[in-house]
Amino acid sequence: MKISQNWLHEWVNPQTDLDEFCSTITMAGLEVDSIEPAAGEFTKIVVARVVSVEKHPDADKLNICKVNVGSDELQIVCGASNVREGLVVACATIGAVLPGDFKIKKSKLRGVESFGMLCSEKEMGLADQADGLMELPDDAPIGTDVREYLKLNDTIIEVDLTPNRADCLSVAGVAREVATLYQSKINEVKISEVPVGIDDTFAVTVSATQACPRYTGRIIRGVDTQAITPLWMVEKLRRAGIRSLGPCVDVTNFVMLELGQPMHAFDLDVLKGGIQVRMATTGEKITLLDGKEIATTENTLLIADDNQPLALAGIMGGENSGVSDKTQNLFLESAHFNPLSIAGKAREYGMHTDSSHRFERGVDPELPIKALERASQLLIDICGGQAGPVVDQTSNADLPVREPVQLRLERVNRMLGIEFKAPEVESILTRLGMQLKKTNDGWLVNAPSFRFDIAIEADLIEEIIRIHGYNNIPRKLPVYQPVMKPLVEAEIGLQRIKDILVERGYYEAISYSFVDPKWQAAIDPDLAPVKLANPISSDLSVMRTSIWPGLLKAVQHNLNRQQSRVRLFETGLTFVQQGDELVQKARVSGAITGALVAEQWSADEQKVDFFDAKSDIEAILSPAGLKDVYFEKAQHPALHPGQSAQIFKKNKAIGWIGALHPNTQKKLDIDPPVYVFEIDQEALLEGAVPGFSSLSKFPEVRRDLAVLVKQEIAVEELVKSIKSVTSEIFQEILLFDVYTGTGIEDGLKSVALGLILQGFSSTLTEEDVEKEINKIITVLNDRYGATLRE
Amino acid sequence: MADLQDVLKQAQQSVADSTDLQSLDEVRVQYLGKKGEFTAQLKELGKLPGNERKAAGQVINDAKRAFQQTLEEKKQQLEAEKLNAQLSSETVDVTLPGRGQQAGGLHPVTRTMKRIKELFSDLGFDVAEGPEIEDDFHNFEALNIPSHHPARAMHDTFYFDANTLLRTHTSPVQVRAMEKTEPPLRLIAPGRVYRCDSDLTHTPMFHQVEGLMVDKNVSFADLMGTLDRFLRLFFENEKLQTRFRPSYFPFTEPSSEVDIQCVMCEGEGCRVCSHTGWLEVLGCGMVHPEVFKHAGIDNEKFTGYAFGMGVERLAMLRYGVNDLRLFFENDIKFLKQFK
Repeated sequence: MKISQNWLHEWVNPQTDLDEFCSTITMAGLEVDSIEPAAGEFTKIVVARVVSVEKHPDADKLNICKVNVGSDELQIVCGASNVREGLVVACATIGAVLPGDFKIKKSKLRGVESFGMLCSEKEMGLADQADGLMELPDDAPIGTDVREYLKLNDTIIEVDLTPNRADCLSVAGVAREVATLYQSKINEVKISEVPVGIDDTFAVTVSATQACPRYTGRIIRGVDTQAITPLWMVEKLRRAGIRSLGPCVDVTNFVMLELGQPMHAFDLDVLKGGIQVRMATTGEKITLLDGKEIATTENTLLIADDNQPLALAGIMGGENSGVSDKTQNLFLESAHFNPLSIAGKAREYGMHTDSSHRFERGVDPELPIKALERASQLLIDICGGQAGPVVDQTSNADLPVREPVQLRLERVNRMLGIEFKAPEVESILTRLGMQLKKTNDGWLVNAPSFRFDIAIEADLIEEIIRIHGYNNIPRKLPVYQPVMKPLVEAEIGLQRIKDILVERGYYEAISYSFVDPKWQAAIDPDLAPVKLANPISSDLSVMRTSIWPGLLKAVQHNLNRQQSRVRLFETGLTFVQQGDELVQKARVSGAITGALVAEQWSADEQKVDFFDAKSDIEAILSPAGLKDVYFEKAQHPALHPGQSAQIFKKNKAIGWIGALHPNTQKKLDIDPPVYVFEIDQEALLEGAVPGFSSLSKFPEVRRDLAVLVKQEIAVEELVKSIKSVTSEIFQEILLFDVYTGTGIEDGLKSVALGLILQGFSSTLTEEDVEKEINKIITVLNDRYGATLRE
Repeated sequence: MADLQDVLKQAQQSVADSTDLQSLDEVRVQYLGKKGEFTAQLKELGKLPGNERKAAGQVINDAKRAFQQTLEEKKQQLEAEKLNAQLSSETVDVTLPGRGQQAGGLHPVTRTMKRIKELFSDLGFDVAEGPEIEDDFHNFEALNIPSHHPARAMHDTFYFDANTLLRTHTSPVQVRAMEKTEPPLRLIAPGRVYRCDSDLTHTPMFHQVEGLMVDKNVSFADLMGTLDRFLRLFFENEKLQTRFRPSYFPFTEPSSEVDIQCVMCEGEGCRVCSHTGWLEVLGCGMVHPEVFKHAGIDNEKFTGYAFGMGVERLAMLRYGVNDLRLFFENDIKFLKQFK
């Protein structure tokens, strides 16, 4: 909320400087967002009257004006469309300096001399935009300095109010707070009942009493809507960021800013029958003041007459029932709406108004009549007219209940960690306008009606510490009694997995969890991704089913920036809808492309391939144990059919590895081959506690075998078969060569295996070794027709 | 036996002329081998009368020893020369870079979260995690943010349907923890959060770390002391000033925002701190009774505090990163700086 310092000073004026003041209210929870002067820096701008206007002979849009600046009559060339004879304006004279260090000098415009400039609000730094010259009241004293006349030596303080402090959404509210903080006196504006000149009343029926516990209003007849809003009011509105829109609307806005009560003025002569405050039925149409037509939903509180909806209660009035130039008689509304009946409604209709902002946060339920009297007085002062009696429809049963709140001293001190004495607490709460009644362990506290936010003990504790000052609480470091916690040894931390990848040359990436549907479809065409109802943009609109889309986008980003070697990994959730269940699975993904190692002086560049990615997977799988892990050739829509495998652990599929399919590369516009993997974190993080097995004292024996098998037979199959027939002396298989080509029959490959054998109770004899090797040769021959290579 | 001295002289000359170990060995064989000159001399002794033999033998052996010594010295010299030559030929440019795979690096967000976790782990805070696609109850209702609450408008929530959303903060993790575990509780919940907002200073996804402590006598003074200590340690600046500013969160009361003295200008006022000298880094407060109620925790028996911090914000201040969006571009040149 924007507050003019001058306006605030009319209410409360503590002896302090601006910086200290802003710091004090900030530290009390009224955070000062910005401090700005009410006008730009300027000098030598005076109130002046346009005496005559003549067309410029050589320029369509320019006029030559004679302007009375009090001491002199000046010729000024002006391009503003609203310049006219008799207009009172702000005139910058020769030697004036405008905001932005713009100096006014004698000049010639299209051959005509000009001795100054007539100013708009924008040119004086009073507004960000302006349609034409600033029009000053007719009675403004010609020749007076504009800065003085408009009292522009003022500061606008913008306060960022939290939703719980709606009581401060007015000058009165901020003034109350300031008076409490500085323990200074507050000069409330005097509001008395307006003399009732006519008997006319307008029927008000409130059927939705829960949503509208209080509805007050009155008729004012014979108002002159053409009257000019006084300058002081226009300026106060302007400094609060509200434009003047005619005296009736200005007065309701002014009272809202001053007291915090949003109000509305209806054109009485348009209303049919009486006011109905009721809930809407679905689909009632109303055109609002901003010209937008809406159809109501249920649970919308309406102000209607006997025929049709007039306004969205507490949000915005209707176009047809509002004050117009023809209006002569008003019905002025000042109501209390239950915050719950307004909250969220404006947003539902895509609106946010000063009124809805206040009503959904809460307004003092005792305020409506006071505000009505204030507005009536101001209206009659400005526009004339006669007020009818106040109509007050209050449903006491529906007004917010103001139960006293229990406050215990022990609770205050326990919650805050401080030793308050009762008088300190009493002093603070009394300053806040609360009424206290002593109890055994504390007080029963009644908050004033404008502190409608106070409902529970914690609210009062917050008030106490807020006024005492948060930073006056001594900071404590709680004594921590260290506890030895369970340490599951088989659990492997994700950090370890990350560290392994980092050691192997990977950088960690973090990409958005929502991705481009096109990229998503290129990776997982068979899975329907979960869609956001309100994505921030279409290329971030579906939840990833795999980390690959985001990771590959990062690969592409780097490839496009002269990085030919990319090694990235990412960890995080993937989101897959499985029937009724939305599965959020944590995974680890990697992508590599380019050289295996960074370009070096001593080795030829070797490009990464499938087996480099596989080795990285094996590295991160090894802390949890590789024993039950195997890779099986499998088809994945995004991967190269000849270079892709599904990874299994304990016969459960845990992930994928492969080269990107050339088609996928094309779809994603990635040129060099990329190898990717993705594994469920679960498989990486569930290890086992190591178990010892005894070491043999006897020598190892190695036998090398080269067998010829059909090319399509997977080596993993051979290894599995070997392991299925060997005895306890068999230790390990080393695969040291796979060869096709010269010397090997077409369709066959030579697989060279080193078999490590070792006895546990004695040195192996040649016979033991032969027996074991023969078993192996036999099984390979039986199952795969393998022969020994000569 | 004048002959002998000539032999010795010749032999020593041959040693001196040897340029490598092989030729030296040939000289050794020539003089000391079975058919060598000294051997021959010794064989001649038999022909001498018995009384002369000893003396003559002595002379030959002296000459032989002298030769052997020369030979040995030469051998050592040649071996040393050979080794030196080898070492010299094997000399490398030690300034050339090392070979093989070079380590990569963790993302600065991970690095920052790790640091936060480690600092709180010393105070007994365990790490907790929760789903990122959340239900309305855990993200809002249970945190005392009913559907009509104005705070909802500030959250810019991504929805899937009326009840399913991307979590807007890591606070739902504290709800889930309280539902599951009886106090005392000390936990830290780091993770991704989402808000429908994207501009220079907002990305639609970012990271938060939520903290929660619930016990019999947890106070606001404890909260202040703990966060003050944390911030000083995090920024490794014992003199770092912190201030607590009243604020509002529906799920805590009293609530506070925490400012640190600007780490760029040390409180002097600069562009980063909008010339206030202070930077807002944290939100915190005492757990609201409504939140305890939703979680089934006795509000009279227990008190608790909660806090939440933006990880990117802390990382930017710690490392001087000036553009939030860099965190999600994954440019290697950026990532490399946080090895």
